[in-house]
Amino acid sequence: MAYLELLWSFFQIGLFSIGGGYAAMPLIQHQVVDVHPWLTMREFADIMAIAEMTPGPIAVNAATFVGTRLAGLPGAIVATVGCILPSCIIVLSLAGIYYRYRKLTMLQGVLGGLRPAVIAMIASAGISLMILAFYGSRTLPADLGGIDYIAVGIFTLGFLVLRKWKTNPIYVMAAAGVAGVILYGIL
Amino acid sequence: MKDKKDKRVYAKLFLSVFQLSACTFGGGFVIIPLMRKKFVEKLHWISEDEMMDLTAIAQSSPGAIAVNASILVGYHVAGIPGAALTVLGAILPPLIIISIVSLFYQTFRDNRIVSMFMAGMLCGVAAVICDVVIRMIQDILKQKRLLPLSILVLSFAAVRFWNVNIILIILVCGIVGAVDACLREAKKRKGDSNGLS
Repeated sequence: MAYLELLWSFFQIGLFSIGGGYAAMPLIQHQVVDVHPWLTMREFADIMAIAEMTPGPIAVNAATFVGTRLAGLPGAIVATVGCILPSCIIVLSLAGIYYRYRKLTMLQGVLGGLRPAVIAMIASAGISLMILAFYGSRTLPADLGGIDYIAVGIFTLGFLVLRKWKTNPIYVMAAAGVAGVILYGIL
Repeated sequence: MKDKKDKRVYAKLFLSVFQLSACTFGGGFVIIPLMRKKFVEKLHWISEDEMMDLTAIAQSSPGAIAVNASILVGYHVAGIPGAALTVLGAILPPLIIISIVSLFYQTFRDNRIVSMFMAGMLCGVAAVICDVVIRMIQDILKQKRLLPLSILVLSFAAVRFWNVNIILIILVCGIVGAVDACLREAKKRKGDSNGLS
């Protein structure tokens, strides 16, 4: 039963994450934090950070992590299969259609409508992560004064470096981690 | 003889994708130029134009772009068995690495230094996502059209403040996009025929 739930959850993540990259992030949060009590927001943030530092798509990384924690290696395999199954079916069917008609206007239209919505969802998930980084909780606390100034400092610096020099995100994240160890260690 | 050659192609296909997947950090588009280099320039298994088409399909399909592109490359080179091999090659590296990470996760997480590192890294992730979101919003603004902008604002309110299910939002926006594309296509056709008459 647990396997079936895992499979179905990650099937939905695979099916509805359109646009690549971070598009899967809000869906993963929805499935494994909101709908199912599989990960805490903190653990979800950790897996996003780990996914960024290791090779492979975010969704496959998350599937393996959640699957392993719930049901060991078989769980990891089941979740990963669920996650890539929609890709296999849809990509191969689309390839068939494409080779026959060579035109995908309708599909491009669907994508055109989806892109802004996907951006909005990534923005929302990003804000959740920021609140977690600055306040250590999932939702904004009533007292906004209890903000973690070290976290705000690291965030601001990282953000400025990314904007100004278009640095590779991996370096920024690694530097942010080292900065965390130094600053939290001293202060 | 032919059988032996087939086996070599399968092995090469699997190993190439496995290597590429193991080196693709951050996911997404990074794997596409790497694949082009390997399969178009080095092995000559796929032509330049075909690779462009495959990229378009990989981007417009649901799921991870790296997985989609791998399936298409495998299918193109060696049919369904090829696709099965490449998809395996694409998911094995993350599967192995994250399995190991999750085994040690709790021990790592309880360590004070790792915990401080993760706290710092979380700020880094937030900064990266902010940067990505700003760049994507700029792309939308550049289009100078009301519809994408309204979808952006409304979807944000829906997901952030009204707690609407995100799958519902995706379905609705997909339909809106399809209708919009059809209407514009019809308008364009009408404009063309007017121009002719």
